[in-house]
Order: sequence, then C-alpha cells, then structure tokens
Amino acid sequence: MPDIGHFIHVFIDSYPLFMKGLLLTLQITVVSVLIGTVAGLLFAFFKLSNSKVLNAIANVYIAVIRGTPLIVQIFFFYFGLAELGISPYWCATLGLALHNSAYIAEIFRGSIQSINKGQLEAGRSLGMSTSLAMRRIVLPQAFRRALPPLGNQFIIGLKDSSLAAFISSSELFNVATTQGSRTFEEMTYLLIVAIYYLVLVLLFTLLVNKLEGRFAGGDE
Amino acid sequence: MEQRKVMINVRDLNKSFGDLHVLKDVNLEVHERDVVVLIGASGSGKSTLLRCLNFLEYKQSGTITIDGKVVEPENTDLNKVRQEVGMVFQHFNLFPHKTVLENVIEAPLMVKKVPSDQAVQEGRALLKKVGLADKEDVYPSKLSGGQKQRVAIARSLAMKPKIMLFDEPTSALDPELVGEVLATMKDLAREGMTMLVVTHEMGFAREAADTVVYMHDGKIVEKGNPSQIFSQPQNQRTKDFLGTIL
Ligand SMILES: Nc1ncnc2c1ncn2[C@@H]1O[C@H](COP(=O)(O)OP(=O)(O)OP(=O)(O)O)[C@@H](O)[C@H]1O
Ligand SMILES: [Mg+2]
Repeated sequence: MPDIGHFIHVFIDSYPLFMKGLLLTLQITVVSVLIGTVAGLLFAFFKLSNSKVLNAIANVYIAVIRGTPLIVQIFFFYFGLAELGISPYWCATLGLALHNSAYIAEIFRGSIQSINKGQLEAGRSLGMSTSLAMRRIVLPQAFRRALPPLGNQFIIGLKDSSLAAFISSSELFNVATTQGSRTFEEMTYLLIVAIYYLVLVLLFTLLVNKLEGRFAGGDE
Repeated sequence: MEQRKVMINVRDLNKSFGDLHVLKDVNLEVHERDVVVLIGASGSGKSTLLRCLNFLEYKQSGTITIDGKVVEPENTDLNKVRQEVGMVFQHFNLFPHKTVLENVIEAPLMVKKVPSDQAVQEGRALLKKVGLADKEDVYPSKLSGGQKQRVAIARSLAMKPKIMLFDEPTSALDPELVGEVLATMKDLAREGMTMLVVTHEMGFAREAADTVVYMHDGKIVEKGNPSQIFSQPQNQRTKDFLGTIL
C-alpha cells in the first residue's frame, strides 16, 4: 500500500512546479488547436473545392499527417526548426498544430457537407453570392455542428501535448518525468500528473457540454 | 388581347442531367400579373424547369428571358437576376440559426445593403402581411410547417421580386395547414404578383390561376385556362393525369 500521507505531501510540495507545467500544457494546447482550426478550415475548403489540384493537396496532406505518428512529427519540427533558434515550445506547438489541422479539416469538411444543400440554394435564390451564402448561412450552422467534435479534438490535443515532454518542453508530463527520476518516485509523480490531466479533461468536457447547450436548438 | 409585358419567356429550353434528357424544347410565357400553375406527374421536370428559371440549374440550350432581358448564365450577373425572381421551396429552407425576422431581413441587409431600421420595418410589415407579426423573435424550429412556409414567402418578398416561383409549397404540409399557405398565395396573386406555381392543389389552380400548364415527360403537353383544362382537357395524357388526382 502506498502511503497516502506521503502522497498528499508530495502532491502539495510539487504543486508550484506542476502549476507551471499545467500553464505550459494549456498554452501549447490552446495555441496549437487555434492554429490547427484555421489551417483545418483552409484544408476543408481545399477538400470541398472544385479544383482537382486543391483536392489533391488536401488529400495528400491529410493522408501524410494522419498516417504518421505524432511523435515523429514533433521530432521532425524539433530537429528541423531548433537549429533555426526556434524554442522547443514552438516546435511542439507547431507540430501539434499541424497534427490537429488534419483532423480538424475532416471535422469541418463533414460538418459543412452535413448542411442541407437547400440552405445554400435558399441563400442564392435570394440573390446572395455563393461566398456570401457560405459565410452567412452555411458556415455558422456548420460551426455549430462542428463544436462537439472540435471539443473532442481539443481534449485529444490536450493529452497529445504530453509528447512535447520528449523535446524537453517543460509541460506537465515533463515535470512528472523529471521529478520522478530525480527522486526515484516515478509512480508517485505519474499518479499526480494523471490526476492533473484527468481534472483538466473533465473540466473541458464540462465546458464543451455547456457550450453545446448554449448553441443547441435552431436546427430545422 | 391586352398588351402586357412578358415577364418570363422560355424558348426551346433543353436541360439534361448527364444522359437524362429532362426538359425537351420547353416553351412558356408568363405575363406580368399572371398566375400560371404548372402540373404534371412526378419526374416530369417541373422542379427542374423552375430551377432553370432561377438559375440554380443551367440549361443546355434555348433562351430564357426574364423581364425583357435574355439571361445567359455565362455573361449575366445571376445574383442580380435572382433578386428579381423569388423562389419558395417545398421544404421551406428557412435559416434555422436565425430568428423569423432575421430570416426575412438577411438578404435585404446583406445583398441590397438596406439600412437596418428600414429592413426591420419592412420585414415586420411583411410578417404582418403573412399573419406572423407575433413570431418575429422565434426560431424556425418552433413554427408549424404552415408558419414556416409563410415566413419563407415573406423572406422572398423582402427582396421585392418581380416574379415569384413556388415549387410545391404545400406538399410537405399537414393537410390542415395547407389552407393558410394557399390563402397567403392568393393574397399575393390578388395584389398582382407574377407567379409560376407548381402545385397539386387544384382548388388553388381553379381559383387563382390564369393559365394551367400540363407537363409530361419534359414537354409541355397542354395549356389553357383552368376551366378549359379541368373540364375539357384535349390531350389524352392530361385526361389521364387529371383522372389520377381529381
Ligand atoms: N440534380 C439532378 N441530377 C440528376 N437527375 C436529376 C437531378 N434533378 C432532377 N433529376 C431528374 O430529372 C427528372 C425530373 O425531375 P424533377 O425534379 O424536375 O421532376 P418533378 O416534375 O419536379 O417531380 P416531382 O413531382 O417528384 O417533384 C427526374 O427523373 C429526376 O430524377
Ligand atoms: Mg419537383
């Protein structure tokens, strides 16, 4: 039996360090998901475009990103960019952003295609250009529909950000492994970091559910 | 014959989807203030004809003249043309993320850049006209089918079109809700709106139509005034079709 008293003691003692790691984890996650969302939307448009060239670019991009491990992508950025003086933080963030963007592209493509084509036609029949009808009619509905899977992707991204530890970005998981090997209490620190991740994920799940509730209704 | 403007003039219109030849040398005239009802069996090409007139589909050959202007999709600003030709769909296609009033003022605001006070004022007047003044802040999901279709009509009218196309506006409705939509359409007809209506509501055709056009297999087989078509159809196909629906 592990000693509960000792565990609580270590938990409290390591709290300041983990809070720093947590902030960095959140920062990596939020920034990478934001960049991934913008890039993902762009690639979703590529996929939906009538241009064969743009379709092909998007298909290759998505296939490569989804077909290779995230850790390889992160190391790719690390070895490719660190030389240029880019910090591990940005290497990890960009690697994750790239990774997220491929999944987010598929989320947006699906949600845009799920909007009844009568919506676009109704807009155009009122004299709107296709792009105006997309912007005002289709995309707002598609975004709402994308929200649950985007929330889900955010949570995956949050957990994936732990891979940044391997390029010595001192986020949550890195704090846990460093502290663990310094004190030879790996299990204790792994348990602690698991609790941090779990609480974060539960909080974000709640938040996503709240947001969904706010945007719910209004379907035909 | 009195001289009235021809608002829609279709000459030798052909439309195919791949190998499927859907519209075959269609000729049709709709005069200003006329109500033309288009009937025909499922698959005969009624929707396709309406969609060609609103340029949601492009013809292969023939000419379409709208309010005196020949419209060739390649060299015409179709967004302008569509502002003049309103369209009401079978499944309403209201914007579910916008309130009733927002649905109505969206296009005037965004396309015509009407100032917002004016758009709201005109929008409210239109909602009053279709009997939905009390619903302006409601989302479409809270409306009955009949109410949705009346909002859709108001939304189209908000662009002040010269012509209104209706594609089976009541066929998705519960029977008890058909009347309110037809009443709105009759009001419009009485005010002199030029209308081309695909419907199987023969009561509406009898009461409101100036001309009834019967389409079969992509061709216009017979046209005439309602009493003529309904009591003495000339073509055997028209007789058979009327036999199935009357
Ligand atoms: N986008 C399309 N692609 C391929 N075929 C189509 C398309 N739209 C319509 N068609 C075909 O064209 C024919 C005419 O269809 P249309 O919808 O105009 O008939 P309709 O007279 O409106 O029938 P209904 O009473 O069922 O609405 C049908 O055979 C239909 O399957
Ligand atoms: Mg039809």
